[in-house]
Parts: sequence; C-alpha cells; structure tokens
Amino acid sequence: MRPEDILVPTPSGVCCKRGDFHIDPTRPVDRALITHGHSDHARAGHGAVLATQETLDLMRLRYGENFAGTTQAVRYGETLTLGGATVSFHPAGHVLGSAQIRVECGDLRVVASGDYKDRPDPTCAPFELVPCDVFITEATFGLPVFRHHDAEGEIAKLLRSVALFPERAHLVGAYSLGKAQRVIALLRRAGYNAPIYLHGAMDSITRYYQSRGIELGELRLVRGTDKAALAGTITICPPTAMKDLWARRFPDPVAAFASGWMRVRARARQGGIELPLVISDHADWDGLTATITATGASEIWVTHGQEDALVHWSQSRGLKAQPLDIVGYGDEDDEEAVAEATESDAE
Amino acid sequence: MNRFAELLDRLTYEQSRNNKLRLMTDYFRRIEDPERGFALAALTGSLSFQHAKAGMIRALIAERTDPVLFALSYDYVGDLSETVALMWPIDPSQRPNATPSLAEVVETLSTLGKAQLPARLARWLDVLDETGRWALLKLVTGGLRVGVSARLAKTAAAALGDKDVHDIEVLWPGLIPPYTDLFAWLEGRTEKPAPRHAVPFRPAMLAHALEETDLAGLAPADFIAEWKWDGTRVQAVAADDGPEKMQARLYSRTGEDISKSFPDLIESLRLPGAIDGELLILREGRVQSFNVLQQRLNRKTVTGKLLEEFPAHLRAYDLLVDGDEDLRERPFAERRTRLEAFVKRLNDPRVDLSPLIPFTTWDELIAARADPASAGAGPDADAVEGVMLKRRDAPYVPGRPKGPWWKWKRDPMIADAVLMYAQRGHGKRSSFYSDYTFGVWTAGENGDELVPVGKAYFGFTDQELREIDRFVRRNTVDRFGPVREVVHEADQGLVLEVAFEGLARSTRHKSGLAMRFPRINRLRWDKPPREADRLETLEKMLQSIEQRAGRQNQMELVVK
Repeated sequence: MRPEDILVPTPSGVCCKRGDFHIDPTRPVDRALITHGHSDHARAGHGAVLATQETLDLMRLRYGENFAGTTQAVRYGETLTLGGATVSFHPAGHVLGSAQIRVECGDLRVVASGDYKDRPDPTCAPFELVPCDVFITEATFGLPVFRHHDAEGEIAKLLRSVALFPERAHLVGAYSLGKAQRVIALLRRAGYNAPIYLHGAMDSITRYYQSRGIELGELRLVRGTDKAALAGTITICPPTAMKDLWARRFPDPVAAFASGWMRVRARARQGGIELPLVISDHADWDGLTATITATGASEIWVTHGQEDALVHWSQSRGLKAQPLDIVGYGDEDDEEAVAEATESDAE
Repeated sequence: MNRFAELLDRLTYEQSRNNKLRLMTDYFRRIEDPERGFALAALTGSLSFQHAKAGMIRALIAERTDPVLFALSYDYVGDLSETVALMWPIDPSQRPNATPSLAEVVETLSTLGKAQLPARLARWLDVLDETGRWALLKLVTGGLRVGVSARLAKTAAAALGDKDVHDIEVLWPGLIPPYTDLFAWLEGRTEKPAPRHAVPFRPAMLAHALEETDLAGLAPADFIAEWKWDGTRVQAVAADDGPEKMQARLYSRTGEDISKSFPDLIESLRLPGAIDGELLILREGRVQSFNVLQQRLNRKTVTGKLLEEFPAHLRAYDLLVDGDEDLRERPFAERRTRLEAFVKRLNDPRVDLSPLIPFTTWDELIAARADPASAGAGPDADAVEGVMLKRRDAPYVPGRPKGPWWKWKRDPMIADAVLMYAQRGHGKRSSFYSDYTFGVWTAGENGDELVPVGKAYFGFTDQELREIDRFVRRNTVDRFGPVREVVHEADQGLVLEVAFEGLARSTRHKSGLAMRFPRINRLRWDKPPREADRLETLEKMLQSIEQRAGRQNQMELVVK
C-alpha cells in the first residue's frame, strides 16, 4: 500500500479517504480530526469533530457552543476505528491538549504531527515520539538559524530587566493560547511571586488552563488598574496590543515578545521590540531533524513554514520528502493576534 | 569582545536616541582603556584595518554547512553576519573559556596578513557565543549598522565629561584610536588634547525639506536662493603646512576623509580656507548626471584613465574659513560675498561658484524651480535637483536646524504601474517582501501584456509594507529562488503609484527605458490593474524630456 492510498494532501488539508475524514482542514468538512486549538488548525463549521477534550474545550471558548455539528473527545493513546483506518492521538507538547494523530491502514503507519515541540513545557503533556513510516511534520522554524535556547534563560533575562527598570512596566507579547500560560508558569518556577497582569483577551483561556490544574499563581486583569501601580509589574498581552492605544495605560512600557521569531534581529526590530525573548512552542531546527530521524519514517511530508530547507535536509539523508502546499497554515500569528486585539477592545 | 557585543546588541533594539546615548555613555564609563577607545573607534567607523570581504565569510561557512541550507537561511535572515553567527556549528564541549577582548581583535586585525585572517577568524568564532559572533563579523566586515551615527557616538563620549560634542568634532581629525588622551580629558584627568590636525572637518549644516505651503510664512527678501546640484556634498579644506607647502583635504558630508579618491581636486585647493560645496563631474564645462558621478565614486582605485574620463569639480556653496579666519558665525550673505572673492582669487577651472537664482517674489522662484534651464541653469538644468533657500542672516550651524536653510526639490514624475515580482529585503526588512518590480501595459503578441519598467524598495510606510507583504504571500503564482511572481492580470493584482525623478533610454530593459530614483508613492488598492498606465505614456514623458534637452543643445549652438 502506498502512503497516498491512506492520506491525500489537498489544498485544504490532509484527507483520509478510507476513514472519510480530514486532519486540520482549513475549509468546513463533514468529519474533521483536529490536532490542537490554534485557529489555523482548529476552525469552526465542521460537521463532526474528533479531538482531545482540551482542544474541544478551547474551540468552544473561541467559537462558542455551536462550533461543530457534533463532537467526540478522545484520550491520548486511545485507539479508534474510522472506516478502514485505525487512528490514535498522542501528545505533541505544543500547547494544552495538542496531539499528533497516528493513522494506520494495513501495515502502513502515518503520523500527522500538527505543531509540536520536543522541549519541556510545564503547561502541557510532553511530546511523545511515535514511530511511523510516513511522518507529516510542520516546519515553522525549519532553518538551521533557529536554535532555541532554554526558555529558563530567557525568563531570567526578563526578570533582570524588571529589576533594572523598576519604574517601568514590562509588556510581554505572547499568543493567547499556550505561550501566555507557559510564560506565566515559567515565571512562577523562576520564583516570581508577584501578581501577573493580563490583557482581557487572555482571560478566558488562562482561566481554563487553571481549571485544568495548571498552577499560575495570582493573576489580575489590567483593566481598571491605576497607571502608577503598574510600575515594576509584568503584563502578558497579545503582541498587537503593544502598539495599540491600550499600551498607553502603562508607565514607560518595555516591549518584550516571547516567540521563536525573536531569534532573528530583523523580526524583533520590525515589531519595535526592545526585549526579545526566544521562547517557542515549535520545535527548532535541531528538534525537527532529531524527531524526523527518531520516528524511523522513510518518507517525510512537510506542511508549513520553511518547508524547502527541511525537505532538502531529509532528501540529503536519503529520505523521500515533499512539501505539502496547504493554504492557510502558519498565517496564524498575524490573524490570531489581530482577532485578539479586536476582541480585547471591549475593555 | 563580549561586553562590546552586548552593547551593540542592546543598541540594535533601542529606538530612542536618548536611551542609545545612555547605553553608550554607561559603557564608556564602565569599561577601561583601551577597550572603550576601540569601541568608540568602531562606532565612529574610525578603524582602519583591512576589512574582511563578504566572500571570505561565505567561504568559512561553506566549509561548515550545507550550501542549500545556508542559502535558504541567508535569504530568510537577510544579513550575512547574522546568518553566519546563528548557523555557525559549535561543539559546546570543545569551547575554551577564553574569549578575545575587542582590543585584541582590533590589534590582531591590523597586523595580521590576509592569508592568516580566515583561520584566525574561525578560531574566534568557535569561542564566542552567538551575539559575540555577530558583533565580531559586523566589526571585521566594516558595517556595524546599529543605528548609531559617528556623531551620536561622539556625543555619548562627550557626555562622559559634560562636554559639547562640538569640542570633540574639532579635535577628532587629530585623534587616534584608542583615544586614551581624549578619555583622560573627558574624565578631567588631563588637559584638552591639542588639535593636531591643520585641516579639520567642520560639521556640516543641513537643510529641511520645504513644502510649497511653507512659503506663505516666509518673506522672499529674507532669503537667498541657489540651485541644489545633483552631486555629492563635500567640504574642501586647505591650510599652510610650513613654507611653500599646502595641506589639503576633501571630506564627505559626514566628515569622512575622501582625499585619496580625488587627487585631481586636491591639487586645486591652493588657498587656505574651507569651502562647503558640491562634488560634480564636469565634461567640457557641462555638469554630468549623478549616474556618471557614481561611476567614479564607486571606483576604489584611482587610475589616470579614471581621472581623465571623470574629472572632478567643486561647485562652491559656502565659505566656512577664509585664511585662518573662521566665518561660521557670520551671516550667510556676508559669507557668500567672501566666497565669491575667494573663488575669484583661487582662479582654478576645477572650482567655481554655484550661481544664485535672482527672484523677488515666490512666484518667480516657483517658475525658476519648474524650469531651471530658463532661469540660469541653462544646459546644466538636468543636473539641478531643486532649489536651496538660505536665510541671509543665518550663521553656519552644525546639524539640521529648522528655519535657516530649506531644500526644495523638483516635482517628481508619477505613473501607475502593476506589481509583477517581489523579492525579500535585507536588513531591517529581511523576511518581508520589500523589493518590487512593476510594469506597465503594452501591446503584445496575444493582446496587452505587462512589461517591467522599474524596481523600487522604498517610499512605503511600515504598515504598507506589511500589507504588500501579505498580498505577495497570498497571491504568489510562481517562485524563482528569493523572488516571487505575483498575480498581475487585467482584473487581478496590485497597482502601485510610482514616483520617479527622470527617465532614460535603456537597452537593458525590455521596455527600453529606465526610471531614475523610483519609489512607491501610494498603494492603489482601489484601482484595477487594467487601468494602470501604458508604456506609451512613459514614452511620451521621455520624449518631452529629450525635446527639452535637444532645445538646449540648439540654443547653445546658436549662442556659439
């Protein structure tokens, strides 16, 4: 059996004809399997959705109760039979509830990674290596210039800056699902016990994380806080909010941004970032290449990001590799941020 | 090196001038000699070792990484030094703990033979961290580009001793890195170093751009007008250096000594004084276009042939020093009279006066600006970039004070063109598609087709850049390496309003013409591509330019 007999890449996502489902489709379909709750992977309007409980909850928070016709929750490691295919979900280490999806037909095993990272994250289950024949990988940071250091070091940099500028507020731009909560959890682990302030757009998702037992300490909404009282504090907000009128309520704010993109100076400067923090929820180059090797897959499909480099690397290692031109992944940063900023202006 | 790297790193992210000054002054205060002196030299571009060529850095990384991965990375990051610093493969277990100091790096570089440079550089790169590698590569390739001008770095040093930056500028040409005498004076430990340089650069005075609406608030009688020539601004300084000996220097607008590139002009500076003027290429008395001047500016080695083909000329605007008398406090009207006498005394074919534009009302000046040929610029009108307005009573003040000097450029030409290809930018714009090739309509074999007429990479705001970038990413129809072909059909595509300074015939372009200084004036999201301009329209513009030039040639013949 050929991999294409199991999964077919289409412009709107990977489709499994034998199981009659799509994985992370970018257009409404009858049956969708969703890897994680980020808006470019988890869209509203599908007939039936199969995902982890957390992913379903996060979709409900984002899109409302009627985001899909029907939903079904699946546990990590649980095996389901869909038509002629056997599927199971395995931790991807990306954000809370994120999963890789394993599809098996006959003797062929395909794993769709969604987004993943192989680094520790106190806010989600650690990445599980799933051996397979075909590995469908992301490539957000698929260039050898992307090597992320330990997030702890970046948090220490943030705390040094807070100590250095006690008269200024620190605004940390972070995506509201995953990154924001991870930064907070890392600050707590580094011994930072003061209240951490939140932009309104982060509120519901962060409370959801807390409800799932993730310890985030005392959190306060910025809304209504006196300007002077914000000196020396840390606020987590969507990246776009830093350039918004919203940011004027802070005393001489220091603009920080927690993202793997901060590894490249021009990206930080373009965004007017003074304190770049290289904290990523995606695997870096070493993580991508090590994972590809460890899966034992002989064929690699690359969904989005810097696919050219990763395809080249895989081929130079004697693996069969191809990019999948799926339209709509990877634009999430911009769109999500913009959507959040609009949501937040209810404040 | 690490502390210097940290300073550069922070400077690149800091936007505010004041905070940049604070960072640098703090560095000069904390760091000892000679380390801080070499840092000041690096920030002011005063280090004189043989710079490493980009090709050498590429060779180093090519030995260590896959060429395809390097090319893709460089394309993404957009900066060679940064790409190499980030990609440089490191074996952490092999890293020694001794990192070189900046002084060690600078001193080694100034003595090291070219053949030994690659191995030494590789050894340093092995021991430094990413920021250190980045700073080292910036230093050895000679382009720090951390948003700090030489003047700002000197201002930060001056702040160390509550001194005015002007004091440092005056001393500067006589100072040598690592400037221990300068720092000793700034810290109040010694007397001011004696200015050793007989022919120092005086910081230049610059003009603000004028809009036509500004004129209403200005009185014509207060101003003197002259042409703004399309060359490069220079300062020519000469002084007696012992009996019968003259020392002369030519400085760029920023104070860089460019004497070595212009020996022909240096010979002509035989009177002690300092002229502020425009460097031009004159052939048979006619000012050549900026393109011609650029061919000489780009040349590193000065050959006899170059001097003959591209004779340098100084067109004088202002006189800062006459003999040993400093005129900068005097009003412009008085300096101008002194300048006229000075140029007459000098009596050299390579140095002439920039003529004044007579006018009594703004309408007369507007007419002169619209048609310089008829207002005195004659056959050189094409080399006129606009007019300069200078207050009669204004002293010569370094920097860009608002009010005394105005520059008023000629109106650009405008055309609506369609975006065809986009390429990723470098530096600040890396990873954004910021270089745009655009075209206009012309009749082709299968009906109308777009033919490229130019390429522009500025003129738009950061917000517009993001919008175009998004458009490019979503409307790519083909890719060629770093270049993306963007949809450009009659009903689908993006119309760019392009402003440009001139048109010339070109055999290099399929369209047969080339734009001078094109930039994006506006985004016309509202305009369907089918309504963009046609090649015929540009042809007409070009013909009218040529007719004007032709008319002038004929007039000259008649006069002769």
